[in-house]
Parts: sequence; structure tokens; C-alpha cells
Amino acid sequence: MARLAAGVAMSHVPAVGAASDQGRTGEDYWRPLFAGFEFSRQWIAERCPDVVVLVYNDHATAFDLNLVPTFAIACGEEFEIADEGWGRRPVPNVRGAPDLAWHIRQSAIEDGFDLTSVGGVPVDHGLTVPLTVMFDRPEAWPVRVVPLAVNVIVYPPPSGQRCYALGKALRRAIESFDEDLDVQVWGTGGMSHQLQGPRAGLINRDFDARFLDGMVHDPEGLARIPHLEYIRDAGTEAIELVMWLVMRGALDQRVREVHRHYHVPVSNTAFGHLILENAS
Amino acid sequence: MALDKPYGDIPGTIVFDSDMARRGFHANQFCMSLMRPENRERFLADEAAYLDEWPMTEAQKQAFLRRDYNTLLQLGANVYYLSKLFFTDGQSFEQGAAAMTGMTREAYRAMMLSGGRSTGDHLSGGGDG
Repeated sequence: MARLAAGVAMSHVPAVGAASDQGRTGEDYWRPLFAGFEFSRQWIAERCPDVVVLVYNDHATAFDLNLVPTFAIACGEEFEIADEGWGRRPVPNVRGAPDLAWHIRQSAIEDGFDLTSVGGVPVDHGLTVPLTVMFDRPEAWPVRVVPLAVNVIVYPPPSGQRCYALGKALRRAIESFDEDLDVQVWGTGGMSHQLQGPRAGLINRDFDARFLDGMVHDPEGLARIPHLEYIRDAGTEAIELVMWLVMRGALDQRVREVHRHYHVPVSNTAFGHLILENAS
Repeated sequence: MALDKPYGDIPGTIVFDSDMARRGFHANQFCMSLMRPENRERFLADEAAYLDEWPMTEAQKQAFLRRDYNTLLQLGANVYYLSKLFFTDGQSFEQGAAAMTGMTREAYRAMMLSGGRSTGDHLSGGGDG
């Protein structure tokens, strides 16, 4: 059967992808951020999963207002890298894991999560920057990916509790898949940031620190944070953090924090990153 | 009973909810069309004519012509859609964000490098603040 032993969370700021693609990671602005990825890249080289279920959001790339699925699982065999308006990132296409994706769809729907299934959607920085964070610049990505898109753009996104419960449904789906696979769940987006309006540029280090601690020790407390609190205290786009709760819900109640990294600023955003392993 | 929408009074902040998505549907779909290079060319060649192809309000069209992003947010545009216009104009997301705060790009960048805008000072340095 398939197994799940670890989860990873990270912000997915597009400028991180650009810095990597343009070979600028040694510049003063970028060095402290990328230094925090060195541990992560060693860690994943030693326990590279076969498949990553990558929880992300599309930024008006594959989905526009004609189609806004709250939860969409991508069952395609391959995902093209989208041109988001500044040219396609020079990174490899992403290979899917359609057998697992279709299995998760069926299991999750029977478990109360009415996922929308989509095929080979083009993927944007929300999905590709996390791969860059963990794998740097390979010829081909060393994992297959099941993209799981969450609407966090048209308010309201699904609640933190719903996302946390989806993680639990994902765990049951993964562990009922009859193939010998190592699977990780990654949650992406956040941390504090606001990209719009006169309040753009908002950062809240205290909120972020509490959230990082809560991911380890009190995920149920985090899952109860109302949307209003994310927006008011950490910025409109901080609400992306509900996607971290999908990852956390998929892990054991008790986890071991093996890596934490936090850096401000990355463009308009506070960058957060966690690696958690099941403790039991 | 009306729906509870408790997020209307956060300073400098418009939440892109169903009301805004309804109001800004065509404005956002116009922005989305700028993902295609041939549409960017046609728009830049004659902005008013291209905007007239979309069933938007006159106020939305005028705000697009003025690149008045804060007004566009009030009229239902969403920042991820507006970013398609930033890129069409050869601007970065950071430049677009700076413009919405009323700060120069340099001042905005300096604010971010010093840790960003604090929650206790939501509009510090902003044009409206």
C-alpha cells in the first residue's frame, strides 16, 4: 500500500522562481532565503517520495471566473508550465500520477469531499516554485505530482477546518491505494502578505511565528482561525495559509519538526517553510 | 437574514467576495484576455477600442485607461487579474503593488526591506493614510 511519512509547507512567491531561473540566488537579496533551502534539498535527496500531492492555488492561470472550483484534483499525465505573462519558466514540465489522482478522487468523494476532477491543466508559480525550493534546477523533476488546487482568490476559500479535514481524507485515500509508493503532501502559499490596495506590503511576524508553532503543536487550534482573522491580522493573501492545513491534516497528530525557515521580505511577502515528519 | 460580511471595515482593504466578483466579472475577464500576446498587441494599439469589446461599465473602462488600480479594486477587479495588465505594461507585481499604496517603487521596496508594513500602522506611507 502507499505510505505517507512527511509533509512540507512553503510560500510560493513567483520571484523565487525568477531568482532561481536567472541564477541570481547568490545576490545579497536572495542569499539568506536560498540558504534556508540547503537543508531541505539534502533532506529530500535522502527520502525522495515517488509522488507529491501538492496543494496549491492557481492564480488566474488555468482557472478564471468562468470556472472556480473550490477543490480540484488534477488527474492528467503531464502538466505544462504556464506563461503567466512574463514568459514560461525554463523548468521541466511536471509529470502527473493519474492512477493515484483518480483513486484519491473516488476515495475523497466517498469520504464527503466532492472534489472536482480536471485533466492536464497548465500550472503556474503556485505549483512550480515549491518544486524549485525543494529540488533546485534538475533536468527533470524527480517526483510525480498530483496537483490539488484550492480556490483562495474568490472569497470565501474553504474554511481552515474543512482544509484540515480534507488532509485527513487525503491520508485515508493515500493509505488505501494499492501500490507500493512513498507519498508526501505539500501545502503551499502564505505567509503574511497583502498584494492589493493601500495596505499592500503588510507583514505580521508575530502571526507567522504563532502559525509556524501551531503547525507543529496545535493544528486544531489553527484550523479554527476564522478567515477574518487572517485578512485583518496578516493580509488578504495570508488566507492562502489554509492550504498548509491540508498538509497538516494528512500527517499524524504528533509530528517532529525537522526544519523551519522564515525570511522577510521576498518581494511583497513573508516566506515561511516547514518540514514535518510523523512522530509515531 | 442577510449573510454576515464582517470584512468591510479593514483599512485599505477590499475583499474579493461574491459581490465583487459579480461586479467585476467582465473587467477581470478582460484582464485575463491579456494572457494572449495577440490580445496584448491589440489592446496596446488602441486601448479604448479593445475595452469597448467588453461589456464593462464606463467607470471601469475609464479606470483601466487611467491605470487607477484602487478604483478598479472598488469596481470589482481582483489583483491577480490586474497583474495581467501590470505585465502588459512591462511592470512587475511589486511595481503594481507600490502604485496602489501611493508610494514610489523605491519607498515601497525600502519599506519591505525594513520588514514590511506593520499591522499597527496599516496605512503608513500610503497615499490615503
